[in-house]
Amino acid sequence: MFKRLAPLVLSLLFAAPALAKDELAIGITQFPATLNPSIESMLAKTYVLAFAQRPITAYDASWQLICLLCETLPSMENGLAKVESLPGGKKGIAATYTLRADSRWADGKPVTSDDVVFSWEVGRHPQSGVAAAELFRRITRIEVKDARSFTLHVDKLTFDYNAINDLRLLPAHIEGPRFKSAPAEYRNRTAYDQDSTNPGLYNGPYRITAVVQGSHVVLEPNSHWGGAKPAFKRIVIKAIENTASLEANLLSGGVDMIAGELGLPLEQAIAFEKRHGARFNVVTKPSLTYEHLDLNLGSPILADLKVRRALLLGLDRETMSRQLFEGRQIVAESLVPPLDWVYAADLPKASFDPVRAASLLDEAGWKPGPGGIRVNAKGERLALDLVTTAGNRSREMVAQVMQSQWKKIGVELRLKTEPPRILFGDTVTRRKFPHMALFAWYSAPESVPRSSLHSAMVPNAANNWSGQNYTGYASPAMDRLIDSVEVELDKDKRKALWREIQALYAADLPALPLFFKSDSFILPKALKGLVPTGHQDPSPYWVENWRWE
Amino acid sequence: MTARLVHSVLVLAVMSFVVYGLMGLMPGDPIDLMIAADPRLTPDDALRLKALYGLDRPWTERWLRWLGQFVQGELGYSRLYARPVGEAMLPALGNSALLMLSAMALSLSLAIPLGIVASLKPHGMLDRLVNLLAFASVSVPVFWLGLMLIVVFAVSLGWLPAGGVADVGDGGLGDRLRHMVLPVSALALAGLGQAARHMRAAMINEAGADYMRTARAKGCGPARMVLVHQLRNALLPITTIIALEFGGLFSGALITETVFAWPGMGRLIYEAVMGNDFNLALSGLLLATAMTLMGSILADIAYGRLDPRTSRT
Repeated sequence: MFKRLAPLVLSLLFAAPALAKDELAIGITQFPATLNPSIESMLAKTYVLAFAQRPITAYDASWQLICLLCETLPSMENGLAKVESLPGGKKGIAATYTLRADSRWADGKPVTSDDVVFSWEVGRHPQSGVAAAELFRRITRIEVKDARSFTLHVDKLTFDYNAINDLRLLPAHIEGPRFKSAPAEYRNRTAYDQDSTNPGLYNGPYRITAVVQGSHVVLEPNSHWGGAKPAFKRIVIKAIENTASLEANLLSGGVDMIAGELGLPLEQAIAFEKRHGARFNVVTKPSLTYEHLDLNLGSPILADLKVRRALLLGLDRETMSRQLFEGRQIVAESLVPPLDWVYAADLPKASFDPVRAASLLDEAGWKPGPGGIRVNAKGERLALDLVTTAGNRSREMVAQVMQSQWKKIGVELRLKTEPPRILFGDTVTRRKFPHMALFAWYSAPESVPRSSLHSAMVPNAANNWSGQNYTGYASPAMDRLIDSVEVELDKDKRKALWREIQALYAADLPALPLFFKSDSFILPKALKGLVPTGHQDPSPYWVENWRWE
Repeated sequence: MTARLVHSVLVLAVMSFVVYGLMGLMPGDPIDLMIAADPRLTPDDALRLKALYGLDRPWTERWLRWLGQFVQGELGYSRLYARPVGEAMLPALGNSALLMLSAMALSLSLAIPLGIVASLKPHGMLDRLVNLLAFASVSVPVFWLGLMLIVVFAVSLGWLPAGGVADVGDGGLGDRLRHMVLPVSALALAGLGQAARHMRAAMINEAGADYMRTARAKGCGPARMVLVHQLRNALLPITTIIALEFGGLFSGALITETVFAWPGMGRLIYEAVMGNDFNLALSGLLLATAMTLMGSILADIAYGRLDPRTSRT
């Protein structure tokens, strides 16, 4: 009898649906330094706050700008955005937003236009400690129409005039007294750090109910949330810096999932999938994180475009992506990813062509020399130094493959790694790398590359090493394109300008494009509704869609 | 003792100058790192933030300002943790103390008997076994040991949590103890070998001393000879080891803390140094120095108690 019943019992057990789950534990690799939405910029903070704070606008998973806390995205077409003439002949914009009627802080107080004005005042105050203040500076005035409607007057007419993702709302009724009494001290006195569990600080579907410094953050539903009801009664975000430990925590049940925004590196996620793919869904999402080689154009070797082109043609990036990352890192042809609507798909690709690479090096005066390394007329070897971040296994692997591939066309590559704080704090910012630096840029969709490509942004002693044009690229044509694309409102014309930017970038090669990186989400099979975005606005902005089935 | 205390204060002052100077010499500052992580930051933002945080001033000026505040009893504000340094350090300090003291207690409670057993018959079977264990303990890297403990006891068997200090919502004593088992075991096993070998060597050294011959001649039993006479003197070198480890209590378990996601002082100091959080790094490193100096003073006191001749000379 038992023999007959056993298969039945077992089949019922395994066929039973997964039980609903009240708590979701998420593993990430960093702990947020501050929880104030405006002060400092740190991915861990953005991720944690995404459950509890909603920006007015954001980019969704299809990389389109949408309203999250507002009702309608202002545009010229719907009349909510109007061009304004400014003194001196400049043009500005007036954009009117209306906050959602159901938006409430978790203490029950409504989110109002006063909160918007207060957040702007904090953001534009030079001593408040707000890091990215560009948007706040551009807003010259806020006209309050009523408790929920307001008009922003911006002193520059740019195509992204309605994207106010950086205007993070602060609750005036809580933060106001802390800021107004001593603005310079605000960053040390914000309630987000001194009174983190105050419900009035949060307006998202969840609110933070416990913070254990360096360990975890607990979130529970905001009872005043007016949107779709979130499924989990509690979400715990645990910071586990060591990715091997993070993996072990997942396998032992310490966490249910690993966030893609701040989780396992791609190669570790691929290895994990091979071992435990039956238990978990491993989702990789191509992102706009642009892995590339910045070239120091001040180097006599790399100042020659033929050498730069030969180097790109001598790299088999498709094979690298296939062999190292199972093809999950998209090969880059310029700084614009294929998922961005301004991507120019019709531009020619720089495919692997070692014969053409060798011929270009010949033309540039680098002839085969002793030991297979090319030499110029003076007998100097074609040897290049590459510096990258220490401890990043992916980059170290890629650098080694590049070294072997370039050796085949007669180029010697010498590898050097530096801790990130030295690489980004000194080597690249002061342009101290002799030839190449391997790192990534992380930006927003349709992000204008003013900081990294405009000639006014080359860091030097005179401008106190500000700007991010580390290659020293100075092209009047590129400067003109950047200046034009920023203020072009017509989408078709802008797409054409973006095409020119990509074409010029691919022709001039101030940097060698490598890959667009992928975020790796390790998710339990029962978790549904999580959609990776692949950009700076993380997946928890849509946490109310997450379900355990 | 007063001279020792004055000396310790001087050492701390010099140490603060050296640490601040070394951190000042390191390239980059927090704002450079913020720029690297956030393309929205403009050059104007960078200049404004550097002025705001005082990073545009020479490090000597910043050190003098810090010293002035410190003398008034203020440790300053942690830029990285957005709270006063003391507030940022206190929980980490408690976690580290709990982890390290437990590990040291476990390690010594195993190492001392093992050292004694091994010393009774040098080169005998038990001695060889203890030596083998000690060799393994010294040779195995603590991060590997930690990961293996996690793989076996957390992942495969599922008996113990893989990391953290407590389960969310529980946090009772039993839960805290469960979370301590693996990191404490890893640290204790890593320190076991060295302590056992020192204990064995000290016991063998004392076994040949004159007072042992005299005690034997007086008809003292073997157990009393070992546990009362020999052990008391053999504990002196162990006291030195404990004293030296005292300083490491609050800064030395970085790897264990990282593997087991244990929010302690090792991780805190590491993050402070890497993140250019001057106030926090300086306070953390000075605390570690102060603990080492205090350990040394305590060792002297313990020496005096265990061997009154030491304090007389």
